[in-house]
Amino acid sequence: MATKVHMEALSPTMEEGQVVKWHKAEGDSVSQGEVLADIETDKATMELVARGKGILRRILTVEGQSAPVGEVIAVIGQEGEDIGALVGAGAAPKQAAPEQAGEEPREEEAEEARPPAAAALRTAPPATANGGRVKASPLARRLAAEVGLELSRLQGSGPGGRIVKRDVEEAAERAPAPARVWVPAPGAPTEKDYEEIPLSQMRKTIARRLAESIGPVPHYFLTIDLDMDRARQARARINALLDERGEKISMNDLIIRAVAGALRQHPAVNSAWHGDRIRRWRRVHVGVAVAVEEGLITPVIRDADRKGVAEIASEVRELAGRARAKKLKPEEYTGATFSVSNLGMFGIHEFTAVINPPEAGSLAVGQVEEHPVVMNGQVVVRPRMWATMSCDHRVIDGATGARFLQTLKAMLEEPAAILL
Amino acid sequence: MAEITYREALNQALTEEMERDGAVFLMGEEVAQYQGAYKVSKGLLEKFGHRRVLDTPISELGFAGLGVGAALVGLRPVIEFMTFNFAFLALDQLTNTAAKWRYMSGGQFKVPIVFRGPNGPALQVAAQHSHACETYYFHAPGLKVVAPATPADAKGLLKSAIRDEDPVIVLEGELLYNMKGEVPENGEHVVPIGKADVKREGTDLSIVTHGPALHLALQAAAELEKDGVSVEVVDLRSLRPLDAETILASVKKTNRAIYLEQGWPFGGIGAQVASIIQEEAFDWLDAPVLRVTQADVPMPYAKNLELTAKPSLERTLRACERVLYRNGRAGR
Repeated sequence: MATKVHMEALSPTMEEGQVVKWHKAEGDSVSQGEVLADIETDKATMELVARGKGILRRILTVEGQSAPVGEVIAVIGQEGEDIGALVGAGAAPKQAAPEQAGEEPREEEAEEARPPAAAALRTAPPATANGGRVKASPLARRLAAEVGLELSRLQGSGPGGRIVKRDVEEAAERAPAPARVWVPAPGAPTEKDYEEIPLSQMRKTIARRLAESIGPVPHYFLTIDLDMDRARQARARINALLDERGEKISMNDLIIRAVAGALRQHPAVNSAWHGDRIRRWRRVHVGVAVAVEEGLITPVIRDADRKGVAEIASEVRELAGRARAKKLKPEEYTGATFSVSNLGMFGIHEFTAVINPPEAGSLAVGQVEEHPVVMNGQVVVRPRMWATMSCDHRVIDGATGARFLQTLKAMLEEPAAILL
Repeated sequence: MAEITYREALNQALTEEMERDGAVFLMGEEVAQYQGAYKVSKGLLEKFGHRRVLDTPISELGFAGLGVGAALVGLRPVIEFMTFNFAFLALDQLTNTAAKWRYMSGGQFKVPIVFRGPNGPALQVAAQHSHACETYYFHAPGLKVVAPATPADAKGLLKSAIRDEDPVIVLEGELLYNMKGEVPENGEHVVPIGKADVKREGTDLSIVTHGPALHLALQAAAELEKDGVSVEVVDLRSLRPLDAETILASVKKTNRAIYLEQGWPFGGIGAQVASIIQEEAFDWLDAPVLRVTQADVPMPYAKNLELTAKPSLERTLRACERVLYRNGRAGR
């Protein structure tokens, strides 16, 4: 039986993908699981693998072209097999398939005509093919809303193409978490003489996600300033120890480690809003905002509370390098339970970050700067740092967030506390 | 715990309650000298005498009415119908009198009476003697209705029914009388009215049922287990009041439900339960609630037709597969 090759959602937020390269030419034989093409998503370049076997009979989306998720971009079949119908459907994906144009089949009939479930997942028309109405079970609708999947992008395996729980779960497995995209500092255009830059996939995603964020996520902000004298000393001493290994840590690595330790002590902050409940994570994964050419991405340091600061430093360096090269895998930039964004290197004194849902908090860190403070009745100059936590008020109340910041402050003002 | 029959369990409940409370008496056709058409009242006449174990003429409307009157003046009658097919004759006393007195007297009177007897199709007794009558009583506010499916529930629910201050219809299963099961020997074994029982725990699908159909549900669950499907079986036990909480907890866990019953589909118990599920657990449903019932026809006499009309294992499994979105098991 011929298999349609669909543009798959290769990143959690991908809406369309561009074929960078076909690894197979028409007429080549293809086995299941073999890499067919490289697809550029809104995040990275990913491999698209074959879901069926046979001969790559027809390529419908050539290199350099884009196709929306779900569209048929090629057909795999047997030699001599008539694939005319499949190619036609692929060329005009918006049109209803002829068997769906008429009345809805009765459930019994649909059941008789139903292909085996596994095949149905790949070959059934998207559930919207039937006049734009998505057929889904109430549970599937609720689950899809909770994990942020659009039903219209799923294919139903139930009677008459109904999207059921297992379809949502399968899709969610392939796209395990919502986007990890950060807000860039918006620069409002004031001059007439400007250049218009077309929107990249990442830019579109940033825009959509941030609109989603600032609307439904009720933010508030808590700012604290910290004395960084001992943290500075600790960093210098650690780097002296690491020197012979040719490694070093940044102040941000130390901050990530302290944040992770504080999250371990304050699980209410290491939580997420899930519609009808709050999910309190048992593990601590810290997202670290990294600037890349087109915007920002947040690679995740998993179990950061259980890692040494040198390990965190080398992981951040390695992930950031691959982020800039667009080589991060989805699992490397999804699943954070809290995020840290540091603009200290740009001389930023203090700022606020937009929460990256479904995380409930984000810490915006400014630079360490010499600042006059009153200590023991004397004005002295101390290295100080301002940090502002954005909190999702649905999850974190003011006092909860404040207690977390107290712990963080205690840890950075006496880094030995991190070892406790 | 002792293993006894459903019949013996009912007999124990009657004996214990008659010993406990002198106001309790048993009345019905053939209950005394013949010791009951199904021998549920075996030994009671000898033990309690003619004043408390009374044979009646074949006159359901008459002795049901006598019972309601006795209850109004302070006795606690247990009225046996030889089968509930014959109780249609007494429907006015049950739904219009027993069910209404407490309400119409503004609570001045209560009607602590039990109407009990076998209910539902047996084997080849034809259209007029094969009724599952639960909906006639379940429909009326003012009546409590229970349908025990095991010896333990039969004993515990009959005891609760006799102690209840309101009229309770106890629907027994003719084909269950010989069924054996473990029953606590403790005299205080009482099953609360209005509380369903999860007879088997599962995660993939809920079969909700009551009465004799429970055993078909358990059979289907065992069959599906071979296929790796984990079925939860919820036995309502009480139809009024109905334990919606237990049903909803099960459906919220499994996301799919079937109602299995021995009666007709139209306006059946399953129709009511399906309505509650879609109202209260809509967002948890992954499939429509299906029902497996007796065919919507008078029960045929011919054996092959009777078997076709009754809910079967095959029909139950087919319904399960539909709500599980599985293709025919043969193909798997």
